[in-house]
Amino acid sequence: MTGTDFYSLTPFLILAMAPIIIMIVISTKRNYDIVYGFTVLSFIAAIASIFYILPVIPHSIEPLFIMDKYSLFFLGIIFISALLVTFFSYDYLKQLDGIREEYYIILFTSTLGASLLAVANHFILFFLGIETLTLSLYILIAFEKSKGSSIEAGIKYLVLASVSSAFLLFGMGIIYVTFGTMQFNGIVIAMNNLVNLPPLFIYGFGMLLVGIGFKLALVPFHMWTPDVYQGAPAPVSSYIATVSKGAVLAVFIRFFYTIRGFENSSIFIVISGIAILSMFVGNLLAVQQKNIKRLLAYSSIANMGYLIIILLTGTDKGIQSAIFYLITYFITTIGAFGVISLLSTKEIEAEKIEDYKGLFWKKPWLAAVLTLFLLSLAGIPITAGFIAKFYLIYEGMKAGLMVLIFSMVINSVIGLYYYLRVITTMFSKSNNLELPGVSILGKLTLAIITIGILLLGVYPGWLIDFITKNALL
Amino acid sequence: MILVYLILILLSGAFLAWVSGNFGPVWPRIISLITLGTGLLLLVLNMQSVQFDKKWLIDIQYDWIPQFGIGLHFALDGLSLLMVLLTFFLGFISILISWKEINSKAGFFHFNLLLILAGIVGVFLSLDLFLFYFFWELMLVPMYFLIGIWGHENRTKASYKFFLYTQASGLLMFISIIALYFVHGNSTGIYTFDYIQLLGTQMQASTAMFIMSGFLAAFLVKLPVVPLHNWLPDAHSEAPTAGSLILAALLLKTGAYGLLRFIVPLFPEASVTFAPIGMALGVIGILYGAKLAFAQTDLKRLIAYTSVSHMGFVILGIFSFNELAYQGVVMQMIAHGISTGALFIMAGQLSERIHTRDITKMGGLWENTPFMGTIGLIFSMASLGLPGLGNFIAELLILIGAFKANIWMACLASVGLIAATLYSLRIMQKVFFGKETTNWKMNDLNLREKMVSVSLVIIIFSLGLFPQPVFNIARPALIKTLESHTEKTMQIKESKKSRIDLKSKLFFDN
Repeated sequence: MTGTDFYSLTPFLILAMAPIIIMIVISTKRNYDIVYGFTVLSFIAAIASIFYILPVIPHSIEPLFIMDKYSLFFLGIIFISALLVTFFSYDYLKQLDGIREEYYIILFTSTLGASLLAVANHFILFFLGIETLTLSLYILIAFEKSKGSSIEAGIKYLVLASVSSAFLLFGMGIIYVTFGTMQFNGIVIAMNNLVNLPPLFIYGFGMLLVGIGFKLALVPFHMWTPDVYQGAPAPVSSYIATVSKGAVLAVFIRFFYTIRGFENSSIFIVISGIAILSMFVGNLLAVQQKNIKRLLAYSSIANMGYLIIILLTGTDKGIQSAIFYLITYFITTIGAFGVISLLSTKEIEAEKIEDYKGLFWKKPWLAAVLTLFLLSLAGIPITAGFIAKFYLIYEGMKAGLMVLIFSMVINSVIGLYYYLRVITTMFSKSNNLELPGVSILGKLTLAIITIGILLLGVYPGWLIDFITKNALL
Repeated sequence: MILVYLILILLSGAFLAWVSGNFGPVWPRIISLITLGTGLLLLVLNMQSVQFDKKWLIDIQYDWIPQFGIGLHFALDGLSLLMVLLTFFLGFISILISWKEINSKAGFFHFNLLLILAGIVGVFLSLDLFLFYFFWELMLVPMYFLIGIWGHENRTKASYKFFLYTQASGLLMFISIIALYFVHGNSTGIYTFDYIQLLGTQMQASTAMFIMSGFLAAFLVKLPVVPLHNWLPDAHSEAPTAGSLILAALLLKTGAYGLLRFIVPLFPEASVTFAPIGMALGVIGILYGAKLAFAQTDLKRLIAYTSVSHMGFVILGIFSFNELAYQGVVMQMIAHGISTGALFIMAGQLSERIHTRDITKMGGLWENTPFMGTIGLIFSMASLGLPGLGNFIAELLILIGAFKANIWMACLASVGLIAATLYSLRIMQKVFFGKETTNWKMNDLNLREKMVSVSLVIIIFSLGLFPQPVFNIARPALIKTLESHTEKTMQIKESKKSRIDLKSKLFFDN
């Protein structure tokens, strides 16, 4: 390993050091605020370190790592999302009894796993990242021991994620048997010599797709999503919806594009099928939900369905639109879960849609902000979600994927219906429910997200420019 | 710059109104009045220096999202000028009429109201298709809130229906806009959403039909045309008075405006092909709307169905493709805005006083409220098309124009005038005349309400007696719209050479 290798690994070193330091701090003096402050600083340092290593990229550490602009971009998205989740975690955890500081240790390890996925160029690192991420998530999901549903969700995730990891590993094994290499580039070289893809490879890819479909919660591998989202603490739900999915998507896009999966007709059909199914199943099931966390879970299934359409465009522009969509989806989802976590107390998680009845009359600004987030998820103008959806439709239509785009449009209308249901509930006359006060930190974070969503909705040019210049595969 | 200011004034007024709601319900009202007054004044002052013979009176363009060829392109011609004036004027009125009605969350109410107006003004001014769609959608959410929060008993259902209908059809238009963008880009190499550049895009007839149908979906739902009108009666009758006023007087007009501004010039051939269907839909709307209006007992629902009927004339006129009909369409848009708006205001004033909209419970109200009765009489007469009032001019011109294009449709449509007489007289009969069924104790209009009503009466009379200024302002814009058409329509007509056409030509030549 050379000096440059170490230099380029700075973000990971920061993420790896932070939990160790926190452990030492906890063992000497247990102080929630100190640990929290250190967590925030470390994440900021990690974000800063991305700029620090910019001069040496593109750089690859053979055979595992590849540090290019694309991976750095995803690192940035992952770190910022994790930081936002951290902001919302503060109040939520502060009110819990018992140990709370360890939460942040696990947050670091899971983010480390996620960020490894963004730089993976090899099945080994791919698997290592996914396992680090998933193992940490078991703990995070089950962190709220006092609520039974939290533990139930943790175990459910444990069982299903293990099964999916087995599929993933099996798929990797088969591909290795076919081509004799586990490096993405190596696979491409091996494939180039062939006229037709060997059936064994398709089989292996299918297995891989099962594993990835599980992590991204695509239909038909979505069964765990609503239960886990519901049971997990609200900040963790938002973490699963954003950081974990974003990281898996990062590596999957890289793999899919490297092997040019969109050129194979059977893979094309399978992915289209999964996309359409995810949209319809996710949205139709969301319509009937009475629990806002479950509703967001189903909506995330549908959103992933929209996103993987873009895999089939096979263009760089397509990826860029997907990244734009991811960014807006992430900040909106974190914001929405943020409102949920700010309204939750030690005893009650504010998760029933009924709990939001009359929110507008008691906390008008909070209700207005949540309304804005939901409208952004639905893709209504002046919110970032609108531009993001436009960008997706634009690239999809450019690639001629009309069937997929039409099912996306139909689904947007279905989606609108259930977001409106939540909004209507907030604006209907209230019952007399006691609501907890919202801290300054929570308000500030919500304000930042709100401004971000409005800014991207009205003036998105700069981010599009930034993405087209930097997020190159 | 004035065009941008108009929208910015409305937007900033909206936010100010919301914030000021914390200091009491009077402040948002005052701020909204000032906002709309300033906008109106600014527009009128600026218009005095403008010459009306140019193609676009004001035309400004900035980059917005240059990556996609999206620009901030606003322009004003006679048509949009009239519409924007109407918007500001009726916006002003709508604040005045909800002065007493809205007491809870007045700040948020006026925020929504001004945001809708900003959306509507944006729709009338945008010349970039993406920008147009942006504003088109922008007005939905606040309207949804207006109905959903301050509406009557069945407000939730009505607000859903309104939102889903308009959103679904809007998305179809969005797809069409992007498709048009790519069709134009692929054939010329210039990828842009700019309206002026997209004019005259060459495409195959089937492609044009496909793209046009997306636009049509959005506009025909908004207008509304009969099979797609289902959202309208609910939304109109459940909305608060200001909401009904804006829906009927302004929101429906965005559909008509869209047809004039986009369908006709962008798809000259396809729209001619569609014309027979369009005219038939118009006639069906006229008759069916009138029939349903006659059968209603809910006063606001009744008025809502008269809108369906009146909007039938608009679509009939638009697909007649001649200047006479188009002048009528523009006049109908304004006159219907004023007269139906006034009727909704009257319904609102009644239900503020007697807390019902059921006309079977009313009757004999004239004795208590002669002033309101007089106003009601004037606007019922306007609605049935009495000469001397704006609607008469509008409907007559549309019928003459339609007669040139298709005699049978015009004949059928004129039956609608008789139907209009029936339902308009029924309003008067049931509400103000007849026997008093319940002993309502109610006051006549107060000064504020009188001022509103009288100003509307003045306008409807001046439209009816001196319509020429409106024609003069709208004419250049309408001729421009028809430019691409005259040749094509003539070709098609000549190729048909049917006896009816010949007859009608002879008829008009003499």
